[in-house]
Amino acid sequence: MTQLPTPGAVPAEPPPAELPPTRTARPRWRETLGLLARNPTAAVSALVLIAIVLVAVFDETLAPDGPNEQDQSRALQAPSWGHPFGTDELSRDILSRVLLGAATSLRVGFLSVAFALVVGTLIGLLAGYYGRWVDDVLMRVMDMLFAFPAVLLAIAIVAVRGAGPTNAILAIGIVYVPIFARVTRASVLGVREEVYVRASRSVGASDLRLITRHVLPNAAPPIIVQTSISLAFAVLAEAALSFLGLGPQRPNPSWGLMLADSRGFIDQAWWYSVFPGLAIVLTVLCFNLLGDGLRDVLDPRQRTLMAGGGR
Amino acid sequence: MSAPVLEVEDLRVRLRTPRGTAHVVNGLDYTVGPGETVAVVGESGSGKSVSVLALMGLLPSGSATVTGRALLQGEDLLAMSPDRLRRVRGPGMGMVFQDPMTSLNPVLTVGRQLVEGIRAHQRVSKQAARARAVELLAEVGLPDPARAVDRYPHELSGGMRQRVMIAIALSNSPALLVADEATTALDVTVQAQIIDLVERLQSEHGTGVIWITHDLGVVAGIADRVLVMYGGRCVEDGTVDDVLDRPRHPYTRGLLGALPDLAEPLADGSRRDLATIPGVPPPPTDLPPGCVFWPRCPVRGDARCETEQPPLTVVGSGSAALPHRAATWCGEDSR
Repeated sequence: MTQLPTPGAVPAEPPPAELPPTRTARPRWRETLGLLARNPTAAVSALVLIAIVLVAVFDETLAPDGPNEQDQSRALQAPSWGHPFGTDELSRDILSRVLLGAATSLRVGFLSVAFALVVGTLIGLLAGYYGRWVDDVLMRVMDMLFAFPAVLLAIAIVAVRGAGPTNAILAIGIVYVPIFARVTRASVLGVREEVYVRASRSVGASDLRLITRHVLPNAAPPIIVQTSISLAFAVLAEAALSFLGLGPQRPNPSWGLMLADSRGFIDQAWWYSVFPGLAIVLTVLCFNLLGDGLRDVLDPRQRTLMAGGGR
Repeated sequence: MSAPVLEVEDLRVRLRTPRGTAHVVNGLDYTVGPGETVAVVGESGSGKSVSVLALMGLLPSGSATVTGRALLQGEDLLAMSPDRLRRVRGPGMGMVFQDPMTSLNPVLTVGRQLVEGIRAHQRVSKQAARARAVELLAEVGLPDPARAVDRYPHELSGGMRQRVMIAIALSNSPALLVADEATTALDVTVQAQIIDLVERLQSEHGTGVIWITHDLGVVAGIADRVLVMYGGRCVEDGTVDDVLDRPRHPYTRGLLGALPDLAEPLADGSRRDLATIPGVPPPPTDLPPGCVFWPRCPVRGDARCETEQPPLTVVGSGSAALPHRAATWCGEDSR
């Protein structure tokens, strides 16, 4: 009979200090912000976005003129000290209208993404966590929604419900629901199999608790990144819908509407289209860059998965 | 002996896989008494983990079929409603998993995870649950428990995390504790500490323990009885002394022979080569018709082995209460 080496009978050796942790947890909020601050692109984008949000909040104080103030003596003037962005064909101050348009664009962007985030994440959670027929039914519906070109779907929704900011929000929101559902489901499928979920179930945690306390927080990083990227696309989609006349209606200030109106004057007044266009570019770019930064900070491993996520 | 904590009868688990139905567990029978430690040994893929996950109802319900009976304090775990099963997990049975690096949620503090387990079954305030969590951490020997409750798992070492897992598993004083390779991922000194801890808590609370391992050294150190699994079947069981000192099944003998030899070197200074069992276990989708060990068996002591399954029969010594059983036709002398 062979001598069995019992664990207690190890040759006398100084007991090694218990091993230091080899795997670090996903960074938490404060660490995330710290890491983000060290990523210059993301930090600058975040600051610019904060500035844009402040502009949108305090637009009436900041704008030199009201949105529809007219003075027929100054129609289509080039940028000058009095009107840094020039004036449009109805002699309205373009700077004021760009500032006032920020609120419209951001409100539509934030609310539509919030709608998509809540509905899509819920669908993705249920599909990923419960699997089987729940997964099949929910994700096939998402696939159907996903099969429509985004703008076409938005136009169809607006066509049925009528033009206006509320319907634009709904339209853009519905378009982005499947994206959030897919990103959430993919993430949940991974987290669901983690040992700590099983361990928590083994002490009697309920499904609701497992989903809210264990699965969702650990599945969140790609969803947060998707939110930032979707905001960029939502601002763009709002501009597109406005451009087509399906979003906010004249004479409300809106970047997309301004672009649409400037088309007729593009050879006489470059400033009419350039400034609202720049506002859109700046906002979209910052949301995208912030999204990239968040992705690097929150979950570098998700990089390839996320590359195909937006549209 | 008082009424057993757990009685498993003819436990079978089948899993649907892309390569066909996998017969992962094929008819297990065993009991665990109060304060008793039953070690389940076998190599990877022998069905040890699946058999206990099946008891806990932790296998994916879509692809796993579990049959048989598993009476936990007289109540059949396999016939319970999901809600009843949820209530039994915790106060009825607790589980400690193999890798303490992954079995704690990285985004919640240790205290929150303990409180969760306590409040899932006991109507106590958050403050009371937290105080209990500190007590439990002290009980499992975590240094400075009052501060440790607010630590995140990544701030603790592997051994400390496994202590936390044990504290969570014991937070509702379960009648049965399942340790699934609980010390495999730890280094040897920490392993010994964890084993001591479980033994101490077990003697204090009278908990029945199922200890799954492939480390026969651990078995010799802690178990009262041993169940050797191969190919989803129990090939031999009995008291530790019977099975480790007087193994009957060729597989058990092979396992014991595959231990590193720590005895004195031979006269010429060399050491015996490490014995191994050639081959790999049969895939659970395609089990041999006879003895599951037959394809790798060095003995093949009976012609029936190839085509018939040897039944688990009482062999040699062992009392009626603690029989020594082996599923083999090979005689005692056929080494």
